Amino acid sequence: MIPLLGITTQALFAQLLVGLINGAFYALLSLGLAVIFGMLNIVNFAHGALYMMGAFFAWFLLNTLHIGYWPALLLAPLGVAIFGMIVERTMLTRLQGLDHIYGLLLTFGLALIIQGLFQNYFGSSGQPYPVPDLLKGGANLGFMYLPNYRAWTIAFSLAVCLLTWFAIEKTRLGAVLRAATENPQLTRAFGVNVPRLITLTYGFGVGLAALAGVLAAPIYQVRPLMGADLIVVVFAVVVIGGMGSIMGSIVTGFALGLIEGLTKVFYPQAANTVVFVVMALVLLVKPAGLFGRKA
Amino acid sequence: MAEAPLLSVSDLHAFYGESHVLHGAALEIREGEIVTLLGRNGAGKTTTLKSIMGMMAKRRGSIRYGGVETIAMASDRIARLGIALCPEERGIFTSLNVEENLLLPPKIAPGGLSLDEIFELFPNLRERLRSPGGKLSGGEQQMLAIGRILRTGARLLMLDEPTEGLAPVIIQQIARTIEKLKAKGFTILLVEQNFRWASALADRFYVMDHGQIVEAFNSAELPANRDKLHAYLGV
Ligand SMILES: Nc1ncnc2c1ncn2[C@@H]1O[C@H](COP(=O)(O)OP(=O)(O)OP(=O)(O)O)[C@@H](O)[C@H]1O
Ligand SMILES: [Mg+2]
Repeated sequence: MIPLLGITTQALFAQLLVGLINGAFYALLSLGLAVIFGMLNIVNFAHGALYMMGAFFAWFLLNTLHIGYWPALLLAPLGVAIFGMIVERTMLTRLQGLDHIYGLLLTFGLALIIQGLFQNYFGSSGQPYPVPDLLKGGANLGFMYLPNYRAWTIAFSLAVCLLTWFAIEKTRLGAVLRAATENPQLTRAFGVNVPRLITLTYGFGVGLAALAGVLAAPIYQVRPLMGADLIVVVFAVVVIGGMGSIMGSIVTGFALGLIEGLTKVFYPQAANTVVFVVMALVLLVKPAGLFGRKA
Repeated sequence: MAEAPLLSVSDLHAFYGESHVLHGAALEIREGEIVTLLGRNGAGKTTTLKSIMGMMAKRRGSIRYGGVETIAMASDRIARLGIALCPEERGIFTSLNVEENLLLPPKIAPGGLSLDEIFELFPNLRERLRSPGGKLSGGEQQMLAIGRILRTGARLLMLDEPTEGLAPVIIQQIARTIEKLKAKGFTILLVEQNFRWASALADRFYVMDHGQIVEAFNSAELPANRDKLHAYLGV
């Protein structure tokens, strides 16, 4: 242990790890927001509530059906995506062509209703969710202790983010998605069923939020307001990265998690506000965000 | 002549919001024909093509393609019947590279051109496959916009001012392409301001003014109608 500015390397690495974990959630959530914003032109304020629903979905599977973590990793995003697609078909689709404010109000209202319902049943306290057996324990790296589950969360989130980026930027389906984002009317006139694509996109973005919720369940507890706390920071991340940029939201998500972790080590008083300070600075210099294309 | 037309438009009305721009337009195209729609700026030519393609949210009247009424259909369904549009503004997607732009419109029927056949018509495209759509010259964009709709198996191609703003060499290349497409059996509805250029290609002409078709004649009748035409086109 070499002390650096009075800080042990152990404490430094511990906070960097926490930062990376938070960054993984920021990245998954802001990625979903970016995909949804690009295609639907809606700032999805229900994102945090849907993240929470993903965690509760896994919790229900375990406690009522005895279905464990691994199937939940697939089933919870799928279930929440279906819920999201129903919301899109019945409500969001009616907002097309209207001002952003309507989408904001509707999704914000939805978030309040969903969170209210869960609070009604579960109160505000957390429900524990166990770490899956396969990922119990950890590795001593010499300079720090790395719990297996945390390593898995970071690696898996990163893999999902990069896979999403690849699917959007490098595949045939991704090209259709980009085209429909850029010019939906013309894409449709080429024979692409754009409304269906929009519904699937919303389902996918929302599914990413639910996946983050399942990943978070064993680390934080499963709480009705777990998403409400997180989403404020995630929106700052989205603003910093630039609305609608895929790689931008991934990079910014991880980077801000790290910055937050470092701040906790060197200036703990600012740990909760550093993201917003960065946001203000970025907006001063680049109003469209670091990776933003449109203003 | 006994054959039913491939496309038949009658009493077509179209609106941009409250503004009524097509007032009962009517025209017909038979299989394998090249028909040119002429008319001065703002006459309603682009709006007519967009109505046929199903892209005008507010439209009334009748548009029948291959015997099917399409006036109330969504544009993706109309595209799947076999109609394709090369829009006036070309509509190249800047977030897609040339290859992705080319492969974007889904195949809707057999009988489209292969990629090799498209590259034979437009050799430039083969060299620019990896370039972003936004980095093309005007001529290359137009080639891509035309090439893109040849793959899908659509039988009726609608080209909106394909020569606008292009160099003479490229305008000639596009003329040769249209001739080859006709030889391959495509039916083409062409919108053109450059009527001298179009007169060498088209079988028949319609003249549009204030949202209505005001004249119709075939290429043999063209010289006799020259004065009338000049009056309508204001040239
Ligand atoms: N998006 C729009 N909103 C409102 N009015 C429009 C719109 N597009 C076209 N118009 C109006 O509709 C009328 C017909 O336009 P259209 O584009 O069909 O003409 P055009 O014959 O294609 O003209 P050009 O030769 O200039 O392309 C014009 O009066 C035009 O001003
Ligand atoms: Mg026009």
